Amino acid sequence: MDREGTAGRDDGRGEGRDGPEGPTSSVTLRVNGTVHALRLDNRTTLLDALREHLDLTGAKKGCDHGQCGACTVLVGGRRVNSCLLLAVACDEPVTTVEGLARDGRLHPLQEAFVARDALQCGYCTPGQICSAVALLDEAAAGHPSHVTPPHAARAEGAADLTRDEIRERMSGNLCRCGAYPHIVDAVADAHRETVR
Amino acid sequence: MKPFEHVRAERTERALAAHARHPRAQYLAGGTNLVDLMKLGVLDPPLLVDIGRLPLDTVAETSDGGLGIGATVRNSDLAAHPLVRSRYPVLSQALLSGASPQLRNVATTGGNLLQRTRCPYFQDVSHPCNKREPGTGCPARDGVHRDLAVLGHSAHCVATHPSDMAVALAALDARVRLLGPDGARELPLTDFHRLPGDRPERDTVLRPGELVTEVVLPPPAGTSAYRKARDRASYAFALASVAAVLAVADGRVRHAALAFGGLAHRPWRARAAEEVLRGAPADEETFARAVDAELAAARPLRDNGFKVPLARGLAVRVLTDLAAAS
Repeated sequence: MDREGTAGRDDGRGEGRDGPEGPTSSVTLRVNGTVHALRLDNRTTLLDALREHLDLTGAKKGCDHGQCGACTVLVGGRRVNSCLLLAVACDEPVTTVEGLARDGRLHPLQEAFVARDALQCGYCTPGQICSAVALLDEAAAGHPSHVTPPHAARAEGAADLTRDEIRERMSGNLCRCGAYPHIVDAVADAHRETVR
Repeated sequence: MKPFEHVRAERTERALAAHARHPRAQYLAGGTNLVDLMKLGVLDPPLLVDIGRLPLDTVAETSDGGLGIGATVRNSDLAAHPLVRSRYPVLSQALLSGASPQLRNVATTGGNLLQRTRCPYFQDVSHPCNKREPGTGCPARDGVHRDLAVLGHSAHCVATHPSDMAVALAALDARVRLLGPDGARELPLTDFHRLPGDRPERDTVLRPGELVTEVVLPPPAGTSAYRKARDRASYAFALASVAAVLAVADGRVRHAALAFGGLAHRPWRARAAEEVLRGAPADEETFARAVDAELAAARPLRDNGFKVPLARGLAVRVLTDLAAAS
């Protein structure tokens, strides 16, 4: 996937320019606070840009079709499947699992996953954690979910995160080891931490 | 994935002009379905016109008390919008019952309408498919079709439209605004998607180069709800779903709009059922009679007959719940 050979003059507009294997574009990615100027084949997904060009291998390639959530990262603070987002179309700041810790201290969700042993093989874990970080933000902003009947959903204020709510809101992240009960525990713990 | 050019449009007219450069160009918004289909080799556009930055990302009340929804409003933002939650709960519920939070954060209103069928033969380029390659045949008709159509299908195609959102929009009498090389036009959502007939490669009546710019809702005509049956509790396409809008006065149905998802090549507006409902007593007996009148047209395939009683149950339940709440 390395496209070093196609790198060339930056035309500064992100417009296409043919390389040996296909049109390329200059792409500026802001990842975990660092700005990267890249020239990428237009076909490069954000996931491949992170893993193959920036050596950020936290986000995982599971299904590569937006079905498993292993590639979940935050773009502009929102969780997305990085395998379905073309890097050339991405111009908001990206946060990956590598960028969650602050001042040498793990993010509360990372700590909760460790404390609750919320994994077995660990392959889905970076995606689970990034997804859960956004889940807490969404709940704090009062976003509704499928399991909350509309008449029961609060018109404003934070959503009530029951176990059913956490399971529904984490449904975009599969865990083939089946560590779901502990994942729900970890998210619930982190939620209690943040609302305390 | 085949190589492609990428052009970002900052203005709507520019997007149309860029698209005109190639007959097989595609507009790129969220890309959650388009990029996947490109990976699968189902689509190979030589040019993507990126419309992600166009100023089509707002939700605003219209002068008549309806709602204008920009084509690039994200599904999650639309589902959480206060006016959608309070006035059009069926739309919020339909959106939240589809896909995953990650996909809803990226997928757009226009893209949701234009997503392609998840028929396994359409998505697998090693099989023939009349929708993907006209004239090659439909292996689904006698093959794996448990998830596919029971209404409105043809000898050429038994695919279903996968959207939940579009089913709610059909029941809400939404209108779709389009902008193309020949100017702007507007049509009812129920006329936007097609039945397959002998042209299953055409999902919609969209003309070459036309762009969905907005979806417009009239003021709410009653209370509303969405109910969906699927193989998993979450993150699965509908086996059958129902969107209903109901207004009751003095125990009788004053307004009823009913649409089915997961049953046909397009969101299935149940006009025959509505005919029975109009002015009739708002009770379970009426609702069952109305739904039966609609589903009498069902022509199940070998393995999907279960969808008919499933859809019946969903519809009667939703209408009964709405009547009890009003």
